[in-house]
Amino acid sequence: MAGTTETAAVKAAAEAAATPAPRQARLWRGATPWLFLLAPLTLLIVFTYAPIANMVAYSFTDWDGVSPELRYTGTENYAELFTRSELFEVFWVSGYYLVASVVQIVAALYFATILSFNVRFRNFFKGVLFFPYLINGVAIGFVFLYFFQDGGTLDSVLSLFGVETDRAWLGTPESANTSLAAVSVWRYLGLNFVLFLGAIQSIPGELYEAAELDGANRWQQFRHIIAPGIKPVLSLTVILSISGSLSVFEIPYIMTGGATGTETFVIQTVKLAFQFNKTGLASAAAVVLLLIVLAVTWVQRRLAPDDKVDLV
Amino acid sequence: MNRRTLLALAAGAALLASGCTGTSGTSKGADAKAPDDPADVRGTITVLTHRTDLVQDGTMKKYAAEFGRTYPGVTVKFDGITDYEGEVKIRMNTENYGDVLMIPAVIEKKDYPRFFASLGSQEERSKKYRFTDYTTVEGKVYGQSPLGALPGFIYNKKVWREAGVTDWPTTPAEFLAGLKAIKSKTDAIPYYTNFKDGWPLSQWTGVRGSVSCDEQATTRWAEGNPWAEGGELRVADTLLYDIVHEGLVEKDPTTTNWEASKPRLAKGEIATMWLGSWAVIQMQGAAKQAGTDPGDIGFMPFPAQKDGTFCAVTSPDYNQAVNVHSEHKEAARAWIDWFTDKSGYAEDNLALSPLKDAPLPGILKPYEEAGVKLLDLDDAEGARLKTIENQSEVGINKPDYRKELVDMARGARKGDPDDYLDGLGEKWTETQKSLGN
Repeated sequence: MAGTTETAAVKAAAEAAATPAPRQARLWRGATPWLFLLAPLTLLIVFTYAPIANMVAYSFTDWDGVSPELRYTGTENYAELFTRSELFEVFWVSGYYLVASVVQIVAALYFATILSFNVRFRNFFKGVLFFPYLINGVAIGFVFLYFFQDGGTLDSVLSLFGVETDRAWLGTPESANTSLAAVSVWRYLGLNFVLFLGAIQSIPGELYEAAELDGANRWQQFRHIIAPGIKPVLSLTVILSISGSLSVFEIPYIMTGGATGTETFVIQTVKLAFQFNKTGLASAAAVVLLLIVLAVTWVQRRLAPDDKVDLV
Repeated sequence: MNRRTLLALAAGAALLASGCTGTSGTSKGADAKAPDDPADVRGTITVLTHRTDLVQDGTMKKYAAEFGRTYPGVTVKFDGITDYEGEVKIRMNTENYGDVLMIPAVIEKKDYPRFFASLGSQEERSKKYRFTDYTTVEGKVYGQSPLGALPGFIYNKKVWREAGVTDWPTTPAEFLAGLKAIKSKTDAIPYYTNFKDGWPLSQWTGVRGSVSCDEQATTRWAEGNPWAEGGELRVADTLLYDIVHEGLVEKDPTTTNWEASKPRLAKGEIATMWLGSWAVIQMQGAAKQAGTDPGDIGFMPFPAQKDGTFCAVTSPDYNQAVNVHSEHKEAARAWIDWFTDKSGYAEDNLALSPLKDAPLPGILKPYEEAGVKLLDLDDAEGARLKTIENQSEVGINKPDYRKELVDMARGARKGDPDDYLDGLGEKWTETQKSLGN
């Protein structure tokens, strides 16, 4: 359909510049991209922007999440949020995940670099590293609950090596947060790894060859070819990690429910909305989190602008 | 106007259109009358239920078949929902939430008339049924619980006997001494917190009325401070703190497992858990599966007495109600009446019958022998209690604050329990003040 109108339009255009294309053909040509865009835009608006707009609207009300009655309360929810400093204390927990994401990026970069060279079983290792990312987060939560249990997988593996720890891995805030952050590293390592690997593999092979002829070793190849070559992907990963650390949810929610000092901002928001029926306040909290993430990203882009990469 | 602004405007308009939140008018104040002649009722009704286990194993179908004998024109369908609270709450934003449903805990009492059809006046229904108080709005009853339960400790009789305790402890101190004896004389875990799952901790709020032996306990909580010196939650939470602090619980509370705890209690690896009479049948089931004697499962009241007698408070399960938008209100009403009066659901679950003149179930026989006084709480202030609970974010029916208390007791969190409970009381009374204005 679009193809035939296209050719018709092209023909018409080719005939003569003096006689303008028929009105109908021009209309079709203008409408074609929009027709293609109709489906994705509808989905995007209905399932992403409309709920966000709804959430912003709720954040100015005192809605409890179910009652047919709701009152417009202006910025009262925001005022309450910003006068209750204890609601922001949970961001300290994000620190654990932030440290973890540094570990995660370094490890992913390491594995991606190694596996981009010719290593035996490289496809197998690629699979092993990427696999955790494919598992559902809730399932991971349950699996690791058994893993950290008293006498569970971790304890048995350690005792194979003669280490008797006898500690409750989720028992204290420090230990619990570290354990949970480690689970999140395990889960997301694969995603970072694949992003890095893709970026590394898009670097033309002649560069390595030339470097090798010039006598560069692996570290020098990494330092001067790979690192600058994947800079855009690296900065994207850092942005994703930071916003991810600020909005951790699934793993701690399933594994500890936010107990023992593992509550994150999103868990707190969910509790406000669904335990205490303060949907209005929770919506405001969600909006604030969105703004914080946007602000952090903006600052980061300011500090490390996205330069055009030019290897040659 | 260039193309970009045009696009932004279009998107903005779409967002605005969706941003309007529904405050549609509702039909308020319908009645679901009981049918005069069972043979005349027609229709297919859908019952939303949290008992997915009974839907899956066909028990609900059997009830429906039995119901069909009296009401041949009515077909009953069941919709078992695992995350009942969460899912039904969202469905109730529409008109399509079944014909009969359990009233979710999140619905505020004052909104009952908007969502449910009335079953009759309280004056008349309270003569026959328990728990009418819990769903009464302006003299009209909107729901009926098909069974009731008493909160209490589930314990393994054999373990307690081995430890040398045969009489129910009458004070928290005696109870603690009993748990200590279990620790020193047996291999069992004296008390299992079920910390990870959380909800068993929130069950402790069930002590309301048991310590004070006062039918007005709900009102006193709503108007006073339950954590004041000698207050009911002060007593209960302090006992919980002491149990954990003395090391009378499982080794690692953060990875407890509710399903696995049932056979362990049946086998005597766990001695005690604070739950309710509703759990007895599950524990007995676990005992049968584990090949131990179901008769070892015991049930005891909270260790507090008033004038030499224990008190136990009857509490309803989910209340069944008729959807105000239902097209078959008579059939729905017929189901609720039949399920409450004639189904035998309460007996099947070894639970307290919602009928006032029904005998106590067998598991409560020791209660009868020990002369435990059963209390029906006055729930006139129940709605206010819930508002204070949510508004203050203390959450007496949520596990969070007790999780913090348990963490404190086992040294994973800094703090003094007395200060902590005082702090809760302060939050509570401040909220009362702010709501009063």
